[in-house]
Amino acid sequence: MSIAQSPLDSWLPRLPLGTWTESAVDWATRTLGPVFDAVATVVDTLVRPLENLLTGVPAVVVVLVLAGLGWWLRGWKFGLGTAVGLGLVAGMPYWEETMSTLAQVLVASLLALLLAIPLGVFIAENRRASAVARPVLDLMQTLPAFVYLIPAIFFFGIGTVPGVLATLVFSMPPGVRLTELGLRQVDKEIVQAAESFGAPPWMVLLRTKVPLALPTIMTGVNQVIMLALSMVVIAGMVGAGGLGDVIMFALSQVEVGSGFEGGIAVVVLAVVLDRLTDSVGDRFPSARAQRLARQAA
Amino acid sequence: MPALAVKSLYKIFGSRTDEAMRRLASGAPRAEALAGLPATAAVIDANFEVRPGEIFVVMGLSGSGKSTLIRMLNGLLRPTRGSVQVDGVELTTLKPAALRKLRREKISMVFQHFALMPHRTVLENAGYALEVAGLPKAERRERALDALRMVGLEEWADNLPHDLSGGMRQRVGLARALAAGTDILLMDEAFSALDPLIRREIQDQLLELQAELGKTIIFITHDLNEAMRLGDRIAVMRDGRIVQIGTAEEILTDPANGYVAQFVADVDRTRILTAASVMEKPHHVLDVNAGPRVAAKALRESQTSVVYVTGPMKRFLGTVTEDEVLRALREGHPNLDGYVSTERVRTVTADTAVADLFADCAESQHPVAVLDDRGRLAGVIPRITLLSALASATPESVAAVEKAAIPAQPDVELVAAKGEPA
Repeated sequence: MSIAQSPLDSWLPRLPLGTWTESAVDWATRTLGPVFDAVATVVDTLVRPLENLLTGVPAVVVVLVLAGLGWWLRGWKFGLGTAVGLGLVAGMPYWEETMSTLAQVLVASLLALLLAIPLGVFIAENRRASAVARPVLDLMQTLPAFVYLIPAIFFFGIGTVPGVLATLVFSMPPGVRLTELGLRQVDKEIVQAAESFGAPPWMVLLRTKVPLALPTIMTGVNQVIMLALSMVVIAGMVGAGGLGDVIMFALSQVEVGSGFEGGIAVVVLAVVLDRLTDSVGDRFPSARAQRLARQAA
Repeated sequence: MPALAVKSLYKIFGSRTDEAMRRLASGAPRAEALAGLPATAAVIDANFEVRPGEIFVVMGLSGSGKSTLIRMLNGLLRPTRGSVQVDGVELTTLKPAALRKLRREKISMVFQHFALMPHRTVLENAGYALEVAGLPKAERRERALDALRMVGLEEWADNLPHDLSGGMRQRVGLARALAAGTDILLMDEAFSALDPLIRREIQDQLLELQAELGKTIIFITHDLNEAMRLGDRIAVMRDGRIVQIGTAEEILTDPANGYVAQFVADVDRTRILTAASVMEKPHHVLDVNAGPRVAAKALRESQTSVVYVTGPMKRFLGTVTEDEVLRALREGHPNLDGYVSTERVRTVTADTAVADLFADCAESQHPVAVLDDRGRLAGVIPRITLLSALASATPESVAAVEKAAIPAQPDVELVAAKGEPA
């Protein structure tokens, strides 16, 4: 350590950032306890019934429902692919864990989007808020995913709830960013046209800006779900259950076989969720209109 | 009361606008006045009034401030200083809700790139203003369809804007503004994005609609020919200032400065100038009751071969030449009645374009007679006058006008560069 000590270094102030963070978390745990309890209850009441539903019905039903959805949204080829992929997962020993992961991803994404989209709308309309939000979003996105787990354990203990909440925080930023981007990219002249006919701000936002920004917002939704899926596996470290558990266990025991099975299940879920959410975005009239316009150009 | 009145209107972007305004007050060119200031002046001291039912064109090149100006007329941009009055209501101090109400009831706008909403059908686009106003759906539909019918697009009502060509899309933009039912229409480079043939067509359509509806239109363009074609009056803008306001003819025949003269140099004058602007005073006009001796005297004195004859109420009847006068003298007729000929002189109305005078001038034995709207003789156009009117429309003479104006103009370099021998 002494090698790096040059006289100049003594000028640098020593920042006890770690200590501060610890005391902040301490303080939060002590004073905000009831708030955290309430949050935990909400998350728990959302995740558990969904998990029970997905694991309760026979695997065949889940496979057929998702394959049917895929067929309807993207065509028979994708429907067939979904059936084959999920059938493969159902044939492996980790179906219940896969469904538990799916439930966690869906709840975490839903909550993340409920926060991200209004926040994105707010900072798109407000330049100062945007300037404040940007570095915070950078921090949220680049902080190593594991780091979220530590305060999550402090606030919520071990289990599904800290896993889902850490996932929520980690997956939120692209939802905020792409909502903001989509709204800012709406043709200025069209916005002015709406304003020039006397439309109030809420009407300009809801009937003009949001519909035109929808394709970009849906890309954000898709990204949130993908990030949630990657985080929910890491959340296995705090005992969130699901595929994360399978993979963590395989890692600690160096079991190549079960590790690979867990990994394949994640990949299948990822592909199905990605393509499904992607095609939902394309079904909006505004997306169709813009695609047509691009083709014509 | 004017439909719209603008008084000492300024729009300055950036900071230190007070200092910028103080420096601009002297009338110095904006680049010079604002050197070193973190401010850009888009509109400087604009003053004009638009009469109800008039097409008022604001013309200028890009960067002249015309788009900023038009956006202050409906409050899309807040002026830095000055006043905008719509039907006597001061717009610049209105609260947001009152401003929106004024836009709904008084002013609508047509945009350069149409600004249609791609996710709404043509009908829903056309009825947008009515939707904003909160009209019930059935009434909205009816009025939007009416507006689409006016621009000839009712059978496209259920298509998306994407299905339409550029010209058709802008007609939807126009229908949307018309459906709003406002008296004032702001048109921001509305036809500039269209190709020339379509542009001409939609200009005609606008003029037809205007003849029927009598809206007050403020039309922004960078195209002088468009300005001349559409504008009852034209304001020429340069570097944020309005340099001249007048009819097309006034701007052509009496440009306020070298810049305007240069700008209008390329215009086909023969299409803008009218018979009234080139005609001469008829020197030898006699009433039909004048005696042949008087006519003979007039011919002798003016050393011409023809006399123009008018009847009751000064209506133009025709001409008499030496031959007829001699015949009248020989036959002892007390006046010229019965000797007046309509064969040798063509007549045109005062508002005939110079371009349409050539055939008449060529076929008319004597100078063409120009009649006013009551058929009275307003003037005559000898061939030589028509030719010299044409000659004065050539670029050389404009250059001469400019040279005379050079000392006071910052345009010296531009003119000099043009005048250099190749």
